[in-house]
Amino acid sequence: MKSSISIEMVMLLAGLLFVLGIAGVIIRKNIIFMLLSVEVMLNASGLAFVAAGSRWAQPDGQVMFIFILAMAAAEVSIGLALILQIYHQHKSLDIDKLKEMKG
Amino acid sequence: MDSVFYIAAFVTVISTIMVITRHNPVHALLYLVISLLSLSMIFFLLGAPFAALLEIIIYAGAIMVLFIFVIMLLNLGKETAKQEKEWLKPKVWIGPAILSAILFAELFYLIAIAHAASYNLQTVNPKAVALSLFRPYLIGVELAAMLLMAGVVGAAHIGQHKKMVLHRFLKEEDDTL
Amino acid sequence: MNNLLWLVPTLPLVSFLILALAGKHVSRVWVAIIGAGSVSLSAIITLIIGISFLSLPPATGNYSQTLWTWMQVGGFNPKITLFLDALSLIFVFVITFIGALIHIYSVGFMADDKDYSRFFACMNLFVFSMLLLVLADNLLLLYLGWEGVGLCSYLLIGFWYENPANGYAARKAFIITRVGDTAMAIGLFVIFYQFGTLVIPDVLAKAPILWHQGAYMATITALLLLAGGVGKSAQLPLQTWLPDAMAGPSPVSALIHAATMVTAGVYLIARMHVIFQLSPIAQMIVAVIGTATLFIAGLSALTQYDIKRVLAYSTISQIGYMFLALGVGAWTAAIFHFVIHAFFKALLFLAAGAVIEALHHEHNMFKMGGLKNKLPVIFWTFLVGSASLAALPLISAGFYSKDQILWYAWASQSGNPLLWFIALLGAFITALYTTRMMILVFWGEAKTAIGHHPGKLMTVPLIILAFFSLFAGFIELPHNFGHFTLFSNLLHQVLPETVLKAGINTELQFQVLASLSTFGGIYLAYIFYYKQPQRIEKLKQSGFAMNLYFFWFSGWGFDKLYNVLIVKPIVFIANINKNDVVDKLYQGITFVTIRLYQSLSFTQSGSLRWYVMGLVIGAIIILSIQIML
Repeated sequence: MKSSISIEMVMLLAGLLFVLGIAGVIIRKNIIFMLLSVEVMLNASGLAFVAAGSRWAQPDGQVMFIFILAMAAAEVSIGLALILQIYHQHKSLDIDKLKEMKG
Repeated sequence: MDSVFYIAAFVTVISTIMVITRHNPVHALLYLVISLLSLSMIFFLLGAPFAALLEIIIYAGAIMVLFIFVIMLLNLGKETAKQEKEWLKPKVWIGPAILSAILFAELFYLIAIAHAASYNLQTVNPKAVALSLFRPYLIGVELAAMLLMAGVVGAAHIGQHKKMVLHRFLKEEDDTL
Repeated sequence: MNNLLWLVPTLPLVSFLILALAGKHVSRVWVAIIGAGSVSLSAIITLIIGISFLSLPPATGNYSQTLWTWMQVGGFNPKITLFLDALSLIFVFVITFIGALIHIYSVGFMADDKDYSRFFACMNLFVFSMLLLVLADNLLLLYLGWEGVGLCSYLLIGFWYENPANGYAARKAFIITRVGDTAMAIGLFVIFYQFGTLVIPDVLAKAPILWHQGAYMATITALLLLAGGVGKSAQLPLQTWLPDAMAGPSPVSALIHAATMVTAGVYLIARMHVIFQLSPIAQMIVAVIGTATLFIAGLSALTQYDIKRVLAYSTISQIGYMFLALGVGAWTAAIFHFVIHAFFKALLFLAAGAVIEALHHEHNMFKMGGLKNKLPVIFWTFLVGSASLAALPLISAGFYSKDQILWYAWASQSGNPLLWFIALLGAFITALYTTRMMILVFWGEAKTAIGHHPGKLMTVPLIILAFFSLFAGFIELPHNFGHFTLFSNLLHQVLPETVLKAGINTELQFQVLASLSTFGGIYLAYIFYYKQPQRIEKLKQSGFAMNLYFFWFSGWGFDKLYNVLIVKPIVFIANINKNDVVDKLYQGITFVTIRLYQSLSFTQSGSLRWYVMGLVIGAIIILSIQIML
């Protein structure tokens, strides 16, 4: 399949998604939204890998994407378990209330 | 083909912006699914059909279901949406948004000044991916397996219903709570 | 049988390890059996080795047993090698034999002490260190034993550590001997630098080749070694620690004075005699130090009222005789006196310990008295020991050994009438203070009631030691009186014969003079302390006599002198620099760190969003740098 999508555009899209993800993490106070934003960031980096892989016609990009996927699955399961636990213990999902680690 | 890419990219960006701005978690989740679907479209256009399939099956399928379950478990609905509305004041989000914008501007600049020659995208078929995965990256696969194992055990352990414990040294207090 | 040699030091070491590691879990009976048994076994093995050594002497005159290589650094590879020749055989015999008797005595003496196993552990380590010292074939191993002896003296002098004064005495002994040890360590460096080896036979063989007679390097080395010996042997000017070392239990004093520690200096000089022979000046200094010490310590002994301090000063004085003998080249006479002194001084200390214990820990002689009939065994053995110390002619062993030294002090080639005269005066003083001690303790009226009588475990070692104090002298008889030289024949395998001045062959008149000085001392003490005590009272009226008395009593003011010269300035400087100037630098570092920490700790807000913000800002900064460059 021939295509002439310029790699810069794909990379720009990945960068934009990443920045949107970061913005989501900083802006939102709800932990669930933060976790969603982290997923967006992971996706953005996966996109960058896949684009690079197809730029050089190598499978490594997709391999990396698969690893990211596996990592994301593990991260989400642990993260959601933590969210459940936090909600149980604090009756709140407000990240600003969880400041017990204050130095 | 280019127009397909731009449309997909547009949909992705818009839906991602929606994800981070919605008040209702379920709405945000639905936008995220849309974003993932359009992203999988882009993967397909980039000549990575295997990645595109995985994106749909695992991300949009499995992981999002997990989110939905948790949201249901916590019973987040209109109450949460109202709370989110209170939290998302311009005062709160304007600073981070500016910072992110700066970051994006810099990324944009760095990508724009790079002079990449145009090239033809080639499809990398699943067979090549599988061969690469189970030959040179075998150790990575095993590590990923261990990670998933640890994730399962960790989630099972953390997710248990326990008595409310603030700190292990404060156990005496938790009877009174 | 010689290959049993390694067992001799190993047995006390094993016993030490058992008692030190598991002493709390061993019953008192077993502590006694292990502690005293190991040293006794060493003594028996030494006896066996000695018999085989004497009946079948090795062709080279010595026997060495290499156990393993200690370390290997370039060309420097000291080995753990035990070296046995006539000199070390005699020392090992004295150490193990007298050590065993002292251990057996201690079983009775320390029976009620709560730290029974600690006591025996330290004593065993003491014996082990001393055996290592005399059996070492290289100077490094010797130094290990040397320092081990110093450590054990610290542990044992401060054995009853609840009393701060004892701890002070222990520290004093440790620090003052350290002064000598440092000099000795430098001496070892010089020897290694000059010869490239520390193996004693090699050094002794190379020394006459490398250095000519009177070479200044030989003098320096000899003086450095002498300083080490002076520190350990409590000679002028490092003698002040020994009288205070009486803070330890009596068996410890006996061990320090008779078998171990103070004789280490004598051994070192006898062992390294070749280097001393190469330097007549150093040898002369040895003789002068010995003579001065024996005189000063003798007069100090005259004024003490604590029975153990009298004995302590008498030890310093007797070691002074040994140094004098070493200095005039009478090597065998020094070693002979060491052996005899070991017997009677161990006897005297153990007997004094028995007296002190019988009188409820009363040390003051003026509160004793009249014990002649109440403690007959102690009395007779103490009498024998005193006779030997005072060198009672013909019947005591001390006479033969001391007379030999006096004779050589005059007749040896490097002898000198002045040295002889002071030594003779010293013999007179020795007889005087010994008789004084005897009369005060055993005659007169009883002033303190007797607590309990010493048991068999304590009296039997005393009787054995008394036997040797009387008869050990007969293994070496003077030229004009039997001329029996078993002891010096043996030692001449290792030590050179004493060179006499030409044209002297009238030993008899010197013996008569020595006997007269002894009898004079005894008679004078008899007059002053028994017959006409009012003369003492009259003497006390005179201000000069009292001043002299206090001067001698304080050990000739050496403690005061050192206090003014060394301790005071150091304390003064320490007071000025109380807050330690150098420390300010490090305090500054901690201060800056604390301030930085306080000013940065606000960033640890615990807010996750803050941290992510930090990440973003960091990324922005890094990308900005990328763009700008």
